[in-house]
Amino acid sequence: MTNNPEYAIEVIDIQKSFGSVAALRGVSLFAKPGEVTAIVGDNGAGKSTLIKCIAGVYTADAGEIHIAGKKVHFTTPEESREFGIETVYQTLGLIEDLTIWQNLFLNREKMKGIGPFKILNKKAMRLESAQMLKNLDVYIPSIKGRVRGLSGGQRQAVAICRAAGWGSKVVIMDEPTAALGVRETAKVEDLISRMKEQGLAILLISHNFDQVLRLADQVWVMRQGNVMAGMRAKDTSGDELVALITGASAGKK
Amino acid sequence: MKLSPKSSTSSAQAGEVETSTLNKVRLATKDPFFWSNWIVVIAFILVVLVFGALKPHSFLTMYNLNNILVASSIPAIIVVGQTFAVATAGIDLSISSIMTFGAVVYGIAFTNGSSWWVAGIAGTIAGTLCGFLNGLIIAKRKISDFIVTLGMLSVAAGFALVISNGVPRQIVSNSLSNLAIGGFGRIPYLMVIAFVITVAAHFFLFNTRFGTHILATGGDPDAARSMGVNIDLVKIVVYSISGTLAGFAAMLTISRIGAAEPAANTSLLLNSVAAVVLGGVSLFGGRGTIFGPFVAILLLQALTNGLTVVGVAAYYQYVSIGLVVILSAALVRTK
Repeated sequence: MTNNPEYAIEVIDIQKSFGSVAALRGVSLFAKPGEVTAIVGDNGAGKSTLIKCIAGVYTADAGEIHIAGKKVHFTTPEESREFGIETVYQTLGLIEDLTIWQNLFLNREKMKGIGPFKILNKKAMRLESAQMLKNLDVYIPSIKGRVRGLSGGQRQAVAICRAAGWGSKVVIMDEPTAALGVRETAKVEDLISRMKEQGLAILLISHNFDQVLRLADQVWVMRQGNVMAGMRAKDTSGDELVALITGASAGKK
Repeated sequence: MKLSPKSSTSSAQAGEVETSTLNKVRLATKDPFFWSNWIVVIAFILVVLVFGALKPHSFLTMYNLNNILVASSIPAIIVVGQTFAVATAGIDLSISSIMTFGAVVYGIAFTNGSSWWVAGIAGTIAGTLCGFLNGLIIAKRKISDFIVTLGMLSVAAGFALVISNGVPRQIVSNSLSNLAIGGFGRIPYLMVIAFVITVAAHFFLFNTRFGTHILATGGDPDAARSMGVNIDLVKIVVYSISGTLAGFAAMLTISRIGAAEPAANTSLLLNSVAAVVLGGVSLFGGRGTIFGPFVAILLLQALTNGLTVVGVAAYYQYVSIGLVVILSAALVRTK
């Protein structure tokens, strides 16, 4: 078994079926730290099922997941999070009526006091929230503001900062710019580049080939529950990706 | 004329401070939360001023204000539970029935020889159990809060009739009636109890991890779940709290009327929902205060009391309270 400690995450021969439908038919791929690894494929190719297996939402029927060369096993999103895997879904998972700092610390609240008399340490959470945003050069007018008042791009940035800010090693992003305008997309792409510089492994799902070629270091192409090809982004082109995704080109691993 | 550099910088600083406070006020008034939080306070002051001006010698007396405080205290305790339920985007329609059930349990315990406070614990626990059942069914069976608590409304009221045979029991206890009559100086004990519970609830909602999870569950249950918040537990705890407070309030009601009655006090349910809306708690969950509904209860009681003092027939008071609720909800929505 290959379990290269250089890979932030490596999945080996992951299989997952829903009833008689095989969503993943033995998927193997890896992502290195400090790189953006893109997963592309048509709807129904298995991308979402794959990231949900990695995020612990689904448990794979067969196959292995290795983190930094160590085999891991988890059955819930919380367990996956404990291994340093964070996911930013398209729905973002932010609570609109809570403030930005409350969202950043949701279910990881900092407490003070002893025993059963623990209360929220709001000051520490506010300070640390400001730092989390600053680390990734995200500018938000006030962390005391509610998420409801933020633009789509700002929300995306908050969700990404939350995913990146917990000593995480792997950040999975599902179509992070699908709902954004041109300028906001550029900002989120900058943000992704900065996370890469900080040594995070980023798994990016995107339908936007320009974006994939611009941001990604490594590209995996999925089709019908299989990985069709994996290559360095600089060695491929949009046309080749389209050919692989549609099945016009058979591809090679 | 020349300004010394020192004075010019200090005036510049003063100017900055001024604009920033001004900005803060401007930002606050633009925030819809500001209006939904403060509208009830403004309305309360208006009601007191209007009735005070109309009947200064009967409305604004210590005796009458004391009446308003005593009448507010039990609804103020009930509304805390309702606020928690609504904050999770739910509603507790069963609280008045649970209170009746708690009262009947109290009556049975007391007439079987329990002391007033032991009976109080029994009634409170009965309330907790009903609330716990509400929460358990809502969380585990994924049935809407509305349906489950509507069912419990009937079940608890029915059981109250069954175990009491429909007969009220007289409760004679000096300690208990002293609870309703006495007070710290001018502040009635009942109001002190209600206020302590309100403060504790505020602290719980805004200064504990679980409180944040209550708001998160109400704001967006899917997002909360995806962050690992145990939303089932939130529901169970919230309805247990609501039931507990209803069971506890049962004892305070008995202290006022001197009997454990198996009849449900439905206006209490209406008032609790009304106060939650008036108090600026979003019926869609995730947002609200504890003190808003508290002031709203004071407002509703002052309104009822004022209308009585002015001489409006009791039938019109129902109409007026209903109108106030609809009006305030309309105001909050058009923010």
